[in-house]
Amino acid sequence: MNKISHQQILEGSRAIALTIKNIAPAVVSAYPITPQTHIVEDLAKMKADGQAGFEYVRAESEFAAASIVLGASATGVRVYSATSSQGLLLMAEVVYNISGMRLPVVMTDANRTISSPINIWNDHSDVMSIRDAGWIQLFTANHQEAVNAHILAYKLAEKLQLPVMVNVDGFILTHSYEPVIIPEVGKIKEFLPAYQPEDGTYLNPNNPVTLGAFFTPAHYMETRAALHEDLISALETIKKEYRLFKKIFKDETDLAAMPFAGDVFSDGLIVYYGPKRPETILVALGSLNGTILETIKGLKNIGLLKIKVYRPFPAASVNNILRRAKNIAVIEKAINFGQAGPLYSDIKAGLNADEAKNLNIRNYIVGLGGRDVTKKMILKIIKDSGRRESAVKFVGSDEN
Amino acid sequence: MIKNYYTNKFLAPGHNACAGCGQLSAAQAVMRGLNKDVIIANATGCLEVTTTAYPQSAWGLPWIHSLFENAASVASGILAALKQKGDTKTKVVVQAGDGGTFDIGLGLISGLWERGENILYICYDTEAYSNTGIQASGSTPYGASTTTTPEGAASIGSTQRKKDMLAIALAHGLKYVAQTTAGFPDDITSKVKKALGVSGPSYIQILCPCMPGWKINNDQAVAMGKLAVQTALYPLLEYIDGWLAASSVKEGFQAHPAGEYLKSQGRFKHLKDSDIADIDGLAQENIKKYKI
Repeated sequence: MNKISHQQILEGSRAIALTIKNIAPAVVSAYPITPQTHIVEDLAKMKADGQAGFEYVRAESEFAAASIVLGASATGVRVYSATSSQGLLLMAEVVYNISGMRLPVVMTDANRTISSPINIWNDHSDVMSIRDAGWIQLFTANHQEAVNAHILAYKLAEKLQLPVMVNVDGFILTHSYEPVIIPEVGKIKEFLPAYQPEDGTYLNPNNPVTLGAFFTPAHYMETRAALHEDLISALETIKKEYRLFKKIFKDETDLAAMPFAGDVFSDGLIVYYGPKRPETILVALGSLNGTILETIKGLKNIGLLKIKVYRPFPAASVNNILRRAKNIAVIEKAINFGQAGPLYSDIKAGLNADEAKNLNIRNYIVGLGGRDVTKKMILKIIKDSGRRESAVKFVGSDEN
Repeated sequence: MIKNYYTNKFLAPGHNACAGCGQLSAAQAVMRGLNKDVIIANATGCLEVTTTAYPQSAWGLPWIHSLFENAASVASGILAALKQKGDTKTKVVVQAGDGGTFDIGLGLISGLWERGENILYICYDTEAYSNTGIQASGSTPYGASTTTTPEGAASIGSTQRKKDMLAIALAHGLKYVAQTTAGFPDDITSKVKKALGVSGPSYIQILCPCMPGWKINNDQAVAMGKLAVQTALYPLLEYIDGWLAASSVKEGFQAHPAGEYLKSQGRFKHLKDSDIADIDGLAQENIKKYKI
């Protein structure tokens, strides 16, 4: 079959919407916020044209939208929502509620920065504010990765009873056009069976149960330990499901792969591009990886570690790669004010004492509020990464 | 998730509410108006906290508690799921206190009503945030002492008028809007049954005397619920299709003096005769407004 004929040139948002349509959730609710708007508008149009059968519940705020999908999920059906930035913060209470109640909600975060000052463009500060809320966090670097990640997300959510957030860089991925393959309904069903929660775990007059009970100190702690442990053990499940995904969606996996002449190692949680013994490894989340990979092509001794699964944090996978190098440059689009970049902090926390001592780990903050990240900036970072320095460095321009 | 063993009781005894709680007795009256094909979305508050202390639950109906302000939205989600499942029989009912209704949840309720969904919203009105220690809410009446509107040498208690949620419900075009009190349990039950038969959103507000909040004895809930109606401070009302169809302020109604009600409750005992006269004036306004 001609591979090219499956591909369409689509806006990122449209690709996501079409994928969701084919996944066929029962209930969709979202509140518009730039740059997520095209996704929810596309879904509304699909419904209006009779192309999709989901309930499209118009919410009057993100708080309501998240609560609506929570209620629907608690009634035992597949749901979808999407948001960005301020919307994610507004629904933060519900985000924690959803994971605490172990509901398999899947939500797209079209990553956008947070005000004040107000700014509608891309960085990762929105998701970083709730990264520890107990959701699986997937990051995507291109349109096909975004498409694939949503299908994987539902499989993981429904298998693990954990909500999953799919991070898609706002504007960079949502509003740009790339060739994508939208997987067919039949193929999706092969990987993702119909959602059928266990009897007694959802709202049903034929088997009445109480959801969202009141837990005193005598009972609360164990449920939180369980959520944490389930997230950690999810790492193995994610690897396994990714292997299965690759088998079923071969063309989609190939199209998502970032072209690279050298060695590529992938385990479903991370992807490493580069030599086996590099001098320096750059680490990044999301579409930034595309820019970095372009920059390091042809450079010797430089590798790139793309982290696809951010929560649960894949410490073992990350460390296996990082220990090959001398210098690590964590390049990220968020800052934990008063401390350091969140990805940098997670990486350091994941290393054991010896590894942390031997590596020169640097933290570079780029692209905040949609500031363009250029190849020149990456080269500047590479040049600087050999120096031992603990302070966070903001790199916002090509000049020094 | 807890399996309720009292499968023949929608709200089992043995929960942790105060002895004589007006809200819980009103809730039992509500239960008598329901059937097994109901799913409840409950806001944070006394009703939720006292009935679901894990590992026990008093609920014999499918029941969910999410947050303080979003029971209305959760209900919309439940209804959407039922629709997709082809279930047109199961009703969705929201239960919330005045805190979750008049204040923090108001925007989300407006969204629910704007969507016109077939959901019954019941507000258990204790006229304060009872569960957190009796702070003032948008429902706290003029002159009431609460912990955030305390009476004192320089204060009469709350200086705000009670927010008119019935008017807000009517402004959203709700076809069934009703008001009742824990003093009239049969009225509660019949209103619930009526609301369930209406298509579209409905709203029932129930005055629930609260022992610690109103500073009354635990055998006073029904008496205070009756007196609230008899003084016209909280009449029994029923709006159908936007028009006042039934009211306790009817032909021959003679209001008890407000003082009889106010002097029976610790939250009003600081009021001077002039304050009581002002509140009599509010009762007169109600009589004019709700006369049928």
